[in-house]
Amino acid sequence: MVVKESGHSRAPRLRGLSRALPVTPALVILVLFLAGPIAYCVYLAFTDLQLTGQAESSFTGFDNFRTAFEDDAFLNAVWLTLVFTFLSSIVGQNTLGLALAALMQRASKPIRTLTGGIVVTAWVLPEVVAGFLLYAFFRREGTLNAILDWLHLPSQNWLFTLPILAVSFANVWRGTAFSMLVYSAALNEIPKEITEAAEVDGAGGWRRMWHITLPMIRRSIGTNLMLNTLQTLSVFGLIWVMTRGGPGNRSQTLPLFMYEQAFQKSMIGYGTAVALLLLVVGSLFSLVYLRLLRTEV
Amino acid sequence: MAARTTRNTRRANRRYAADASLLFVAAAFVLPLAWVVLSALDPHAGLKVKLPDGVTLDNFDAVLKPDVTYTPMLNSLILCGGATLLTVVCAALAAYPLSRFRSRLNRPFLLTIIFATSLPITAIMVPVYALFVQVNLIDTMQGTIFFFTASQLPFAIWLMKNFMDGVPKELEEAAWTDGASSLQSLLRVVLPLMGPGIAVVTVFSFVAMWGNFFVPFMLLLSPEQMPASVSINDFFGNRGTVVYGQLAAFSIIYSTPVILLYVLVARKLGGGFALGGAVKG
Repeated sequence: MVVKESGHSRAPRLRGLSRALPVTPALVILVLFLAGPIAYCVYLAFTDLQLTGQAESSFTGFDNFRTAFEDDAFLNAVWLTLVFTFLSSIVGQNTLGLALAALMQRASKPIRTLTGGIVVTAWVLPEVVAGFLLYAFFRREGTLNAILDWLHLPSQNWLFTLPILAVSFANVWRGTAFSMLVYSAALNEIPKEITEAAEVDGAGGWRRMWHITLPMIRRSIGTNLMLNTLQTLSVFGLIWVMTRGGPGNRSQTLPLFMYEQAFQKSMIGYGTAVALLLLVVGSLFSLVYLRLLRTEV
Repeated sequence: MAARTTRNTRRANRRYAADASLLFVAAAFVLPLAWVVLSALDPHAGLKVKLPDGVTLDNFDAVLKPDVTYTPMLNSLILCGGATLLTVVCAALAAYPLSRFRSRLNRPFLLTIIFATSLPITAIMVPVYALFVQVNLIDTMQGTIFFFTASQLPFAIWLMKNFMDGVPKELEEAAWTDGASSLQSLLRVVLPLMGPGIAVVTVFSFVAMWGNFFVPFMLLLSPEQMPASVSINDFFGNRGTVVYGQLAAFSIIYSTPVILLYVLVARKLGGGFALGGAVKG
């Protein structure tokens, strides 16, 4: 088990065990509080456990999942989760993050520092505070409409007319810093000679970006997309604060749908089935992420 | 000569264009932040960004009371401080054999850890709630602390292992020949040499938990145990009309610790400090 030679005379097996001993506290906590709930999640998803009125729950097989796929509210949540993830993570955070990182390579230092500082502050702020700030920004009496009025453009009640767009923008505001930092690090690792050689050869900015820079940072793009998507899949507080999933269920993504079913409608079993589906989707992304990392390790 | 001049002008123009674009984005990003700062000082704060009608600290005075600010902040501190301490200790212990000894279990364990790092924790909050009700951990600080720790541990172990790999092994081998045990060499030799790494893991765990809303929202029920991330909701609903100035003042007080911690660590280690381990693999 242990490869390293050392002067100890204990049997290798015993030494292996004693060396693994420090992992125990972490392992116990992970098994009890993380693996345990996940296993329990798998079990509960196949029961009809409810919060009220029912002493015993019974095993119902795939009923919860069948119900889900026939439930318009569930399908609506799936669709909104896709829209939210696509707009905020794939298009917004990823593209804006890359653009900011690329611009920062060329910008002057004070402006780079200023912009970076502001974007990172939005990222460091607690989730709920970020939610309130953007709630204030998008409300009818809020900043966005004030600016639109000033520009003589039509204003509207964003959180009512386009709630999913508003929460997606909020998530871009909050999450872009991560991509920006990842891409800044990746761009800094590209040797200067390569871009300079291309410049001397007469390749313009866009062509250099497309043919040289992007292929060189494609691994960062892959891992960043995975992490953004996983993070976005589990956003709850931001949307909860801004819209509570409403109006109606027009910004109700899967985590909010799960919460509503489990607690406001007291159907823990059904809520857990939704949670399990979310967990499975997350696991798939996580596996892809692992594969991307493995090619690099 | 002429070619070089045109290239320099082109480069300067490109810098102006980049500066202008960045300033535009910065302006768009700063508006919500400006709202919170200006409203906190404004006696008649509303929802839009405007210069205050006279600067006042009344909003801060109004929220700096035990039930509004001190108790929730103290609860946050107990929750996140306790969970961070537990996370860092367990992660340091677990990272040591992973970093120091070769075993065929290391790779599967590490892969599982990275896999767990990216699971959507939000998804398992409903079963965690149901489980906590069964084992009487619901509405307890210790239950919440343990779950916080479990959710943060995979990433903490992974980061800690990467930092530990950076400490040369030769120094410990000297300690081993002098008869030191693994635990002794971890405590006396390795950990003191990876101060910045421990600081990063500590700050990162603390900041992540401090801002987390869903976990305490689900696992804690009694109002007197609520951390600031949940109690901030009280500014809506229960207290009748929303006093935006006070909400802004509270938001600033609540956000200050994490911003200070971030600045402290980022300054010491350069921006994007925590990303090395997370993204590069």
